[in-house]
Amino acid sequence: MAEPETLKEALQAHFGDRLQHADVAYGEVGVEARPRDLAAVMTELRDAEPFRFDQLMDVIGVDYAAYGQDEWITERATDTGFSRGVGDPSTPRLGLTGIYGVQEITEKTGRRFAAVYLLLSVEHNHRLRVTCFAEDDDLPVIDSVTGIWPAANWPEREAFDLYGIVFDGHPDLRRILTDYGFVGHPFRKDFPLIGNVEPRYDVEKGRVIYGPVEIEPRVLVPRVIRDDNRYKGRPGSTEERADG
Amino acid sequence: MAEFQSYTLNFGPQHPAAHGVLRLILEMEGETITRADPHVGLLHRGTEKLAESKPYNQSIGYMDRLDYMAMMCNEHGYVLAIEKLLGIEPPLRAQYIRVMMDEVTRILNHLLWLGTHGLDVGAMTAFLYTFREREDLIDVYEAVSGARMHAAYYRPGGVYRDLPERMPKYEPTPYRGEKELREMNRAREGSVLDFLDDFCHRFPACIDDYETLLTENRIWKQRLVDVCVVGPERAKALGFTGPMLRGSGVAWDLRKKQPYEVYDRLDFDVPVGTNGDCYDRYLVRMEELRQSTRIINQCVDWLRANPGPVRLDDPKVSPPSREEMKDDMESLIHHFKLFTEGYCTPPGEVYAAVEAPKGEFGAYIVSDGANKPYRLKIRPPCYIHLSAMDEMIRGHMLADVVTLIGSLDVVFGEVDR
Repeated sequence: MAEPETLKEALQAHFGDRLQHADVAYGEVGVEARPRDLAAVMTELRDAEPFRFDQLMDVIGVDYAAYGQDEWITERATDTGFSRGVGDPSTPRLGLTGIYGVQEITEKTGRRFAAVYLLLSVEHNHRLRVTCFAEDDDLPVIDSVTGIWPAANWPEREAFDLYGIVFDGHPDLRRILTDYGFVGHPFRKDFPLIGNVEPRYDVEKGRVIYGPVEIEPRVLVPRVIRDDNRYKGRPGSTEERADG
Repeated sequence: MAEFQSYTLNFGPQHPAAHGVLRLILEMEGETITRADPHVGLLHRGTEKLAESKPYNQSIGYMDRLDYMAMMCNEHGYVLAIEKLLGIEPPLRAQYIRVMMDEVTRILNHLLWLGTHGLDVGAMTAFLYTFREREDLIDVYEAVSGARMHAAYYRPGGVYRDLPERMPKYEPTPYRGEKELREMNRAREGSVLDFLDDFCHRFPACIDDYETLLTENRIWKQRLVDVCVVGPERAKALGFTGPMLRGSGVAWDLRKKQPYEVYDRLDFDVPVGTNGDCYDRYLVRMEELRQSTRIINQCVDWLRANPGPVRLDDPKVSPPSREEMKDDMESLIHHFKLFTEGYCTPPGEVYAAVEAPKGEFGAYIVSDGANKPYRLKIRPPCYIHLSAMDEMIRGHMLADVVTLIGSLDVVFGEVDR
């Protein structure tokens, strides 16, 4: 396998500022491309010589709206009672789909939805991760790469289905994993884990109807972010890694 | 006579040859297919969303249920990604056990594939033979993990426990004589490794049996040769991995090219096809059965000679033993924290892939430093393979659909996630 650092330098030399945030972490090369450069960059990544990424492994939608949010106080101690839970059920927290409920996401960052492309070069045996953030949070649009790798067809449909990311130029952008007639994009952080509706049989109407979900959402293990000493200096290169 | 007109045929979701819950909308011209539109997602459970609400270790069990014919390989991909995030490496013995169980899984998967593929195409007998050997390997699963299918055996930092010293035995019933029982339990008197050793010695003859039934069978060849041909360049563009890619003549195997665990210490060959048709994919998988047997054999020898720990001695990720926990305050705290909260990973993104029986199975994890993944994405090989179905089947006959589904080796637990 080629050295990740070499690939990173080759990428920076070839693309200049069209690729940003190039870094090597955990032995993997990751870069970020702007939506307007994406199609051209991807075509070059496939065809240009030192790269030759002839395979697209996956296209992954990510919703960054609740990134870094936890449900547990880890830093300071409390002097009222024993609970370290952040807030209570009446203060809903963004993106956390348990007892803390779901908050409407109003902040517009332009970095909420991302499509992550995992590329593999069979010829040169190296991998690359390209991230592309959609500029508009309300209607995230990213160019489709189906014309470059036909393998992107279903993964893009999936990201559209689950996250509502629209892939411009996709030949057949339909829902794929969710049910016929499904409403919403279930993997978004403001979509509750238990869903919004559930089907049941209605005796009077004599058919299956959808009604609001009846189960109570609950959290068994709260989400905890700990500032672990062992991970100081990460994310970064592998040399910075402290022994566990 | 009236002219043929194009029409639409609904295939599945309850069709015995659909290998689960595949619904195909076939647009046909007579008996020729002009377009195939697979409708997937009938088995969608939202595994990845569920994983976001659970500590890392609690999702291992869900991995078994993705590709439920290659249970431990799925766990392997997921566990490797976590280990990459944490920067830990399991002890060598655990790595050998994982490799051995991966190959057992590969044989399990290919045997099921072979049996059902044959059944779909009309070869009933092979199915009965392959399930005989599958039963033995499922017993190995049961012996090492306690479960015949959904093992949940791998852990970040090793495996759940060491290989057991006993194999489960057949028990007497009114319908079995003592002599018959003794014969059935002959290979089960020793440890799991003894059983696998015995299996590796008799299995090549079993593969010969399957091959006698199929490889030169003219009906089998009529149904498979030159059906759904994909060239090497196209196979790469379509995102093929595993036997699908190798059947098209691309020598690509993660076990060789990007070796994980101890695959670089083992001796095995990677079979490659030439024509890229269903028959070549069949031949590739048959040879993989033999190569997997070779790998298991080497692992058995190494594991017999090298006892040792099978889990990392790091109480932050693997729980202390029961005795320690009852004796030692620190261990009790570690145990409590691990099972109530889990461990936090450093923030970052990782992708780890393994060569699962069906192709590249990968796990992509985004972590924000919490005890649960922020985002988990499974890269299922079948999903990508099935997406190429439309292109592969165009211009073929309806009967070839069944051949192709068998040749793609799809499992819907994984396609739909």
